[in-house]
Amino acid sequence: MQLLNGMTGALIGSAIAAVGILTAPLYVDLFQIMQLTVFAAMAVLALSLGFIWGYGGILCFGQTSFFGLGAYTYAVAAINFADSTPAILLAILIPVIFAALLGYFMIYGGISDVYLGVITLTVSLILFNLVNSTAGDFYKIGDARLGGFNGMPGVPTFNLPGNPGYILTPEQAWMVTGIALIVVYLGLRLLIASSFGRIIIAIRENETRAALLGYDPRIYKLITFMIGGAIAGFAGALYVNWGAFVSPTIFALGLSAQIIIWVIIGGRGTLIGPIIGCLLLQWLVTEIGAQQAFDANFVLGAILIVFVLLVPKGIAPTLRDMVMSRFAERGDAPPDVSVKVKT
Amino acid sequence: MTLSRRRFIRNSAAGGVVLAAPALIGSVARADDGPIKLGSLHDLAGPLAATGEPMVYAIMLAVKEINDAGGLLGREVELINYDTQSNIQLYSQFAQQLAVRDKVDVIHGGITSASREAIRPIFSRFRTLYFYNTLYEGGVCDRNTFNTGTTPAQTVEKLVPYAMNLWGKKAYIIAADYNYGQITAKWMRKYVEDNGGEVLSTDFFPLDVTNFGPSISRIQAAEPDLLLSAMVGGNHTAFYRQWAAAGLKDEIPIASTTFGLVNEPATLEDAESRGVLGSYGYFEELQTPASQAFVEAIKSEHGAQTPYISELAAASYEGVHLWAEGVKKAGSVERMAVIEALETGLSFEGPSGPVVVDPKTHHVTRNTFLAEVVESRWNVLETFEQQAPLDTAAVCDLEANPNDTTHYIIDI
Amino acid sequence: MDIAIIVGLDVVSGIASLVLISAGLAVIFGMMKIINLAHGEFLMLGAYATVLAVNAGVNIWFAMLVIAPVFVGLVGVIVERCLIQFLYGRLVDTMLATWGLSLVIVGGTTMIFGNTIVGVSSPLGGFQVGAYQSSLYTPFLALMALFLMTAVFAVMRYTRAGLIARAVMQNPDMAATLGVNPARVYMATFGAGAAMTGLAGGLLAPVAGVVPTMGAAYIAKAFITVVGGGTSVLWGLISASGLFGFINQIAAFLTTPVFGEVILFIAAVILIRLLPTGISGRFFKGRL
Repeated sequence: MQLLNGMTGALIGSAIAAVGILTAPLYVDLFQIMQLTVFAAMAVLALSLGFIWGYGGILCFGQTSFFGLGAYTYAVAAINFADSTPAILLAILIPVIFAALLGYFMIYGGISDVYLGVITLTVSLILFNLVNSTAGDFYKIGDARLGGFNGMPGVPTFNLPGNPGYILTPEQAWMVTGIALIVVYLGLRLLIASSFGRIIIAIRENETRAALLGYDPRIYKLITFMIGGAIAGFAGALYVNWGAFVSPTIFALGLSAQIIIWVIIGGRGTLIGPIIGCLLLQWLVTEIGAQQAFDANFVLGAILIVFVLLVPKGIAPTLRDMVMSRFAERGDAPPDVSVKVKT
Repeated sequence: MTLSRRRFIRNSAAGGVVLAAPALIGSVARADDGPIKLGSLHDLAGPLAATGEPMVYAIMLAVKEINDAGGLLGREVELINYDTQSNIQLYSQFAQQLAVRDKVDVIHGGITSASREAIRPIFSRFRTLYFYNTLYEGGVCDRNTFNTGTTPAQTVEKLVPYAMNLWGKKAYIIAADYNYGQITAKWMRKYVEDNGGEVLSTDFFPLDVTNFGPSISRIQAAEPDLLLSAMVGGNHTAFYRQWAAAGLKDEIPIASTTFGLVNEPATLEDAESRGVLGSYGYFEELQTPASQAFVEAIKSEHGAQTPYISELAAASYEGVHLWAEGVKKAGSVERMAVIEALETGLSFEGPSGPVVVDPKTHHVTRNTFLAEVVESRWNVLETFEQQAPLDTAAVCDLEANPNDTTHYIIDI
Repeated sequence: MDIAIIVGLDVVSGIASLVLISAGLAVIFGMMKIINLAHGEFLMLGAYATVLAVNAGVNIWFAMLVIAPVFVGLVGVIVERCLIQFLYGRLVDTMLATWGLSLVIVGGTTMIFGNTIVGVSSPLGGFQVGAYQSSLYTPFLALMALFLMTAVFAVMRYTRAGLIARAVMQNPDMAATLGVNPARVYMATFGAGAAMTGLAGGLLAPVAGVVPTMGAAYIAKAFITVVGGGTSVLWGLISASGLFGFINQIAAFLTTPVFGEVILFIAAVILIRLLPTGISGRFFKGRL
C-alpha cells in the first residue's frame, strides 16, 4: 500500500490545515463557518467508512447505524447531564459497544462481502423503524424525550470541558470540529503506518495468506470495525453539536448511500479521498438546492455513474497518479495531496 | 414540463427584481437598504416535492401581488427560495444561510414537523421571524413563530361527529406512524368518545409500508361502522387502493384528516375515492370569488401540471400576506415590531376567508371546511366559520410566558 | 375459521408479492452475480408504463402483462449496453452505478411527469369468505407469481437458451471456451430480469401508490430477500420469499405493521448469520 508520501507530508499538510482552520474565522463569514462545521463533521463520518472499507476491506452499508447511535447518545446524554463532555465520551462508547456486538455476530459468523453489506443495511433499517416509532410521551430516557419522527430539538451544544456554563460560540465549535477532523485523520494515518495497520491491509489483500502467517483475521477485522464505529459515533456528536437537532432520518437509507458515494468519488484506499469526496458532494448538494435548475437526484445520480465508469479509482488516487507521473519525469518529489484538507 | 417549471421558479424569484425595478426607481429611491427579503424553505425534490411545489407557487403569487401593489413600506419584496430536497440536514443548512448570510426579514417554510423542529431554534437564535404554514398536530408555543395551518381541534372536531352521524358509533382508526399520526389519532379517539362512540382499535403504519393486506383483514375482523384515517404519503395511497380492491369501500366508509392533502383524489380513480370525507382549512374547489381567483392565478402561471392546491398552499399564501399586514402596521420590518403588530390580532381576507392571528398562541383563527370526494374532486359540504386553535390554547399562553419556545405534546 | 382463511390468504399474498418484486433482481443476481440497485426504479417504470398506457386508452390487461415488461425489458437492455457491460466482475461498482442510475431515473421521471399521476384501479372485484371480503386481485397476484416461477423453471430446464444460461452461470470461462458468447447471455439475462421487474411493476400499479419515489419502498426488501435466498435463482427466491413473507404477514397481523417490519428484518439478519451464503447456498446447492 503506497501511503501518500510518508508521515512527514501528512504532518506538514495537517499543520497547514490546522492553521487554516484556526484562522478561518478571520476571513470567512459566520455562515460559511457554520457550513464548514457541518461539512467537517460529515468528513469525519466519511473517514470512518474510508478506513474500514478502504483499509479493512469491510463494506458496511449501514455506517449510519453508528453515526445515528452516536448522535442520539450525545443528544440524550447532553440533555440529561447538561454537560457535553461526558456526552461526547458516551457518544463514542455506545457505538463502539454496538459495533463490537454486531461485528462479533457477523465477523465471527464468517460473513463477508455483500452479505455483510446486507446485514449492516438491515440493522440501520431496524434502528430507523424503532427510533421512528418513539413518538409517544413515555419514550423518554431521563429528561430526554426521543420524539419519534419529529426528532429531538434544542439539544445542548458543546461547552468548555468542566464548565457547562460556557457554551462554545459557532467559531469555537468550528475550530473544535475542524481540529477533530485533523486529529482523526492523523490518528488513522499513524494507525495505518503501525504494525496493526500493515496487518489489516495484509488481511484485506489476502485473508487466507494472513491467517497462514499466524494472524487471526477475525480479531483484526473486529477491531477495525469497532474503530470505524467509534469514529462514526464521534461524528454523530459533532453533527448534533452543529445543528442542535437529531431525527431518525439520520439512520435512513439515503445517508448510508451518500457516505459510500463520498468514499467512491474521493477514492478508496486513501484517507484524504473520502474527505475530498465528502466536501465536494456536500457543497454540490447545497448548490443544487440554492439554484433549483435541476432535480437534485438527477444530478447526483449522473455524477455517480460518470465516476464509476470514468474515474473508478476516485479523485485522490487519480490526482496522485497524475501528479506522480508528471513529477517522475522531472525527477522531483511529489507534494502531499493531503494539503487539501483545509478547504 | 417540470424542468421548465423549476427554471421558472428560479427565474421568477430572481427575475421579480428585474421586472419590478423600473417601477421602483421613483418611489423607492429613499429605501437605502434595498429590497425586503423573504426567505422560503420547501422541498422541491424527493418524496415531499409534490407537497412543497404548490406551497412555493402560492408564496410566489403572494410576493408578486405585494410587489404589484407597490411593495411594502415603499420597498420591494425579494423572494429567496431554497430547495431542501426532502433532507433535514439541508433544512438546517439553508436555515442558517437565510438567517446568517442572506439576513432575510422573514422566513416561510418547513413541511414536516421534524423539519420545523430542526429550523425553529435556529431562527430563535438568530432572531429571524418565522412562519410555519402547514397543518400539523398543534402545540408549538414560540413567540418568534407563527403557525397559519389548522390543528386537530379545528378540523377533527368537525369531521368526527359529522361522520358518526352519517355512519354509526363504532370507529376504527388508522394513522401514519409518526408524531402527526399518533397525536391526530388521540384527537380522533377523544372526539369519538365525546360523541358517545367507541374506538375498536388503532393501527399505526410506518411511512414505507405498501402492503396492507393483514391490516385490512384486522379491520374487517373488528367490524367497525366507519374508518378514521390519518395516513400520509405516496405509499399509503396504496391503502385506499387495496381497500377498494377488497370491495370494502362501500361497506365501511372512510373519513380522513389527510386524504387529499397532497394528491390522493387525483391519483386514485373515482371508484376508489368517491365518498371519502375530509376536513381542512381550504379546498381548491371552494367556490368563493377569492378562492377562484387564487386558484386561477396559480394555474394560469404554472399550467395544467400544477399539483392540487391544498390548505398548505392557501395557508402559505395567507401567511405571506399576514406578515405583510404586520409590516404595514408596524411601519418597519424589524422583528419585534412586526411580532407586536401581528399580536394585535391582525387579520387577512384570504382564499379561505378571514384569517385572524391569535395573540396567545401565535396560531390563527380561520374557517374550516368539510367536503366529500366525488369524481376525484372535493365537493364542499359544510363551512365552519372562524374556528379557534383551542388545542394549542389549552397549553400555550404567550402573553403570560413570552419566553416560551416549547413544542407541547397536548395531553388529551 | 373465516378469519383463518383470510389470514392464510394474506400470507399467500405477502409471499407472492415478495416473489414478484424480487424475481427480476434474483435472476440478475443469480446469473451475473451483480446487484441492480435501480431495481426499485425498474418497478416504478413498469407501473408508470402501465398507468400511462391505460390513461391513453389501452386495455389494462394488455398494459400490465405486455407493455410494462416489454418497455422495462428494453430499458434493461439499453442499461446493460451503456452501463453494466463495463462493470462485470466489479460487484460494488455495479451497485454504485445502478444506484446512481436509480437517482437519475427518479429525477428524470419527476422532471417529465411531475410528482402526480392519475393511477389505475384494480380490474377485478372482491369476493366473500363468510363475513369477510377480500380482493380477487390478491389470488390473481399469487397466480402470476406461480406462473412466473414456472416459466423461469421451464425456460431454464427445458430450452436451449436455458441450458446456455445455466452453463454461463456455473462457469462463464468454460462456456466461452465451448463457443458461447457470455456477453450476449449477460445482455439477454439483464433484459429478461428487467422485463420481469417491469411485469411486477405493472401488476403492482393498481394496488400501489404510483409516484416517482415508490421504488425506495421495495428495494430494501427485494435486496434482503434475494441475498437471503442466495444465488440459486428459483429455489433461493421461493424459499426466502416464503419464509420472509410468512413471518412478515403473521407478525403484522398479530402485532402492528411496525413490528411486522422489524421482526422481518431481524429474521433476515439471523438467517444470513446462520446461512452466510443464503438459504440456497445450504439447501439447494447447484440447483436452479
